[in-house]
Amino acid sequence: MSMPSPAQSPSSSRVVLSEADIDRALTRIAHEILEANKGSRDLVLMGIPRRGYPLACRLAAKIAAADPSVSAAAIAGQLDVTMFRDDLQRQPTRPPYPTALPAEGLDDKVVVLVDDVLYSGRTIRAALDALVDLGRPRIVRLAVLVDRGHRELPIRADHVGKNLPTSSVEKVRVRLAEIDQVADEVVIEDWSE
Amino acid sequence: MSTTGSYLIKGARVVGADAADLLVENGRITGVGSSLQASGATVLDADGLIALPGMVDLHTHLREPGREDAETVETGTRAAALGGFTAVHAMANSSPVADTAGVVEQVFALGQQAGWAEVRPVGAVTVGLAGERLAELGAMADSRARVRVFSDDGMCVSDPVLMRRALEYVKAFDGVIAQHAQEPRLTEGAQMNEGAVSAVLGMAGWPAVAEESIIARDVLLAQHVDSRLHVCHVSTAGSVEIIRWAKHRGIKVTAEVTPHHLWLTDELVRSYDPVFKVNPPLRTDEDVLALRAGLADGTIDVIGTDHAPHPSEAKECEWAQAAMGMTGLETALSVVQHTMIESGLIGWADFARITSAMPARIGRLAHQGQPLEAGSAANITLVDPAARWTVDPAAMATKGRNSPFAGRELPGRVVATFLNGHPTVLDGKLNTPFADGSAGQAAGQPQAQSREG
Amino acid sequence: MKHLLSTQDLSKADAVRILDTAEEMAAVSDREVKKLPALRGRTVVNLFFEDSTRTRISFEAAAKRLSADVINFAAKGSSVSKGESLKDTAQTLEAMGADAVVIRHWASGAPVRLATSGWIDAAVVNAGDGTHEHPTQALLDAFTLRRTWARTNGTASAGTDLSGMKIAIVGDILHSRVARSDLWLLRTLGAEVTMVAPPTLLPVGIDGWPCTISYDLDEALAKRPDAVMMLRVQAERMNAAFFPSAREYSRLWGFDDRRLAALDDHGLSDTVILHPGPMNRGLEISSAAADSPRSMVLQQVRNGVSVRMAALYLLLSGESRSTARSQADTPDTVPAAAGTAPTEENAS
Repeated sequence: MSMPSPAQSPSSSRVVLSEADIDRALTRIAHEILEANKGSRDLVLMGIPRRGYPLACRLAAKIAAADPSVSAAAIAGQLDVTMFRDDLQRQPTRPPYPTALPAEGLDDKVVVLVDDVLYSGRTIRAALDALVDLGRPRIVRLAVLVDRGHRELPIRADHVGKNLPTSSVEKVRVRLAEIDQVADEVVIEDWSE
Repeated sequence: MSTTGSYLIKGARVVGADAADLLVENGRITGVGSSLQASGATVLDADGLIALPGMVDLHTHLREPGREDAETVETGTRAAALGGFTAVHAMANSSPVADTAGVVEQVFALGQQAGWAEVRPVGAVTVGLAGERLAELGAMADSRARVRVFSDDGMCVSDPVLMRRALEYVKAFDGVIAQHAQEPRLTEGAQMNEGAVSAVLGMAGWPAVAEESIIARDVLLAQHVDSRLHVCHVSTAGSVEIIRWAKHRGIKVTAEVTPHHLWLTDELVRSYDPVFKVNPPLRTDEDVLALRAGLADGTIDVIGTDHAPHPSEAKECEWAQAAMGMTGLETALSVVQHTMIESGLIGWADFARITSAMPARIGRLAHQGQPLEAGSAANITLVDPAARWTVDPAAMATKGRNSPFAGRELPGRVVATFLNGHPTVLDGKLNTPFADGSAGQAAGQPQAQSREG
Repeated sequence: MKHLLSTQDLSKADAVRILDTAEEMAAVSDREVKKLPALRGRTVVNLFFEDSTRTRISFEAAAKRLSADVINFAAKGSSVSKGESLKDTAQTLEAMGADAVVIRHWASGAPVRLATSGWIDAAVVNAGDGTHEHPTQALLDAFTLRRTWARTNGTASAGTDLSGMKIAIVGDILHSRVARSDLWLLRTLGAEVTMVAPPTLLPVGIDGWPCTISYDLDEALAKRPDAVMMLRVQAERMNAAFFPSAREYSRLWGFDDRRLAALDDHGLSDTVILHPGPMNRGLEISSAAADSPRSMVLQQVRNGVSVRMAALYLLLSGESRSTARSQADTPDTVPAAAGTAPTEENAS
């Protein structure tokens, strides 16, 4: 059950989104979501652990600020996809995170999946499977803070904070105050030798 | 005869003392001294080696007849020779049980045919080891096998009346009862030493008192009827205390300890590997230290290997299903060197006493266990005490692969073994068996070795 | 974690991780779709050398809720009873594609033997071996106790341990694999344990165990335990002189109505009663106690499925049998811990 420790450090890294950039991007996404949905009716934001969940909460807060009839806590939830991943046998064992649904559940809701980075698309594929076992949403959309390309499945995001062209030797790090106890930032690390 | 050629062993440290030459001719030691010369003798350079009287095992399971898949007299005595033994006592729990003159004579003859070591059958005390009525002890004593040691080993003669009668009866022919001390009711279903480890492992315990209570009873019986008692494989500190007390009172008791009980403890059972399953069970550190002390001070008289080969399927199973026993002939010398000599408890002269002179005396073997001096039968073991080797059961001569020492590095290696003046082992490898030129004729002799005189 | 053989070698972090994972599994059991795809395509063999319908169906339910294929192999009436060895049986099962072998055996140590002998590669789960251990029972007991303790303390159970909890384990300690597994695990989780039994039903060598020993159940109850775990006593034990009669055992060491009332007299409103089942009503536990609100017996059964799901998931997911990818991003070990290794989506 022990985890291999990250062995080395990247050869270089650069900040691509600052705290202020992230906040602006989330504000824009919140407005896009409201616009696409023509209001806040039936909206549910399901964050994917770990960093998708605080992002979903922030988006919910922004939506609540724009529409006072909405309670942020009532529309944000967490959706764990660990058990639905297609790489369980290829990765170190991952303990599951809690799944928490808003009180009204998912049936006939407009569910916006929220994650930090969109890459191969496999996490979102797992999330779609996980959703099916929890209810039957009317519409499912996807919002991500960063889309770094390199998709392996026919999946695209409806709302993107920033498109980041990357190479596969690079890694995209998202740090959020709620989880990482540092100021928000998005960093690209170069792991080429 | 080619088998009784002449050998000049040059520069061996005789029983660990100063270097000397040993001249072997016609099955006898004919000279011990410096710079001996002998024309026509094969010269062996024994510089750095220790010469010991051939080792005698009072406790060997050769499995034949009946369990030739586990061991035969041939393979078991090959192992004995490689381990430095020139005589072994074949325990009676064969199939059929060695409880008649016919069976003991068969085993005796098989030993002579094999020619790797003198095989002295042990007779069963009770018919079929059933503990109900005495076997024909006198018939076995009078047979060509000349049985002197009687034992139900594997089973305890637990009936006190039967034990008393056996002790009394064997006085008629100077026999000895070798008791497997294990109170049967106290050890029903027992799997391992009862103590801290068995508590954690959840295995039925084998209490020390089950051994000690029988030994206490038997030494008192031996005193009462003034007979000889030998206690097989003593395994507990309490047993050593009782035997020490009995000897102090002048009771005719002798005792044996196995090499594995001088080293291994029940901590090894935590692996649940049945290679460590043995009867009596491995005990604790405290017991190991008491056994070593008892052996060093003479309370325990002899090393007995309790060599107990098993086919691999008897050990490749659950602990509770597994057979009890360990091989020991090919590791005994090294284990005793490691536990007793290298720990400073005894010297090589003591080693010769506990592995040769005393077991030969207990078993009444006239031509074994003699001092290395002119006139003695040439049963000699040459040992390289500086050698180190790693135990590999697959490389052993015994059929049994159940050595608890597998993978351990041990000191001391048998370089040569002489049986009646013939090298059965040379350069650490099997040479040729002792043969007297006519197996059939030999079988007709009360003692094959007597003709070497 | 390659195998689950014993609770003695389970670290606190591992134990808490299993219990936390079991909490998530329990949440799944409350959903309409009580199934997860995590072990799709994997095969779990229940290899039972000893009858135990309860344990078998609990493992079977756990494996099926994780979408594993389940093969039940009862040694009775099979080739095993015709003399086939454990080795051959296990190798046969592996040749049929078993990824995990859940083994129940009457012989102590049989699962350890299976896991360490080199006969098979499959993960081995000890479902109770002789009088040695029963680790999943201990985990479900700990899970049940942790929820009780968290409720008593007004906290959520995830991530917590049993620090400060006082637990009495009562009955046939000598022959109980549950008592052993419970003791090691409850101690690891910080609980204080008292073993209560007649001296004949305590093993020689128990003095080294990290617990208090008592021969007196009333005295143990007066020491205000937070939980009392009653062990099954087999009436046949009296034939081997472990105790004179069932009546005397029941009077001295049974959890009867008088002792149930004593909990109230002592003001122990939160103290719960556990029993691993099956119960001998009227012997070690009275019906009133077994059916009282203090009784956790049915919760234990329910939690057993969640805990076994967690154990199977943690054993069978992960890259244990494939090459480790040292460059792969590592998700955090414990969900509750603050992230030190930043993750990104689909790292590899």
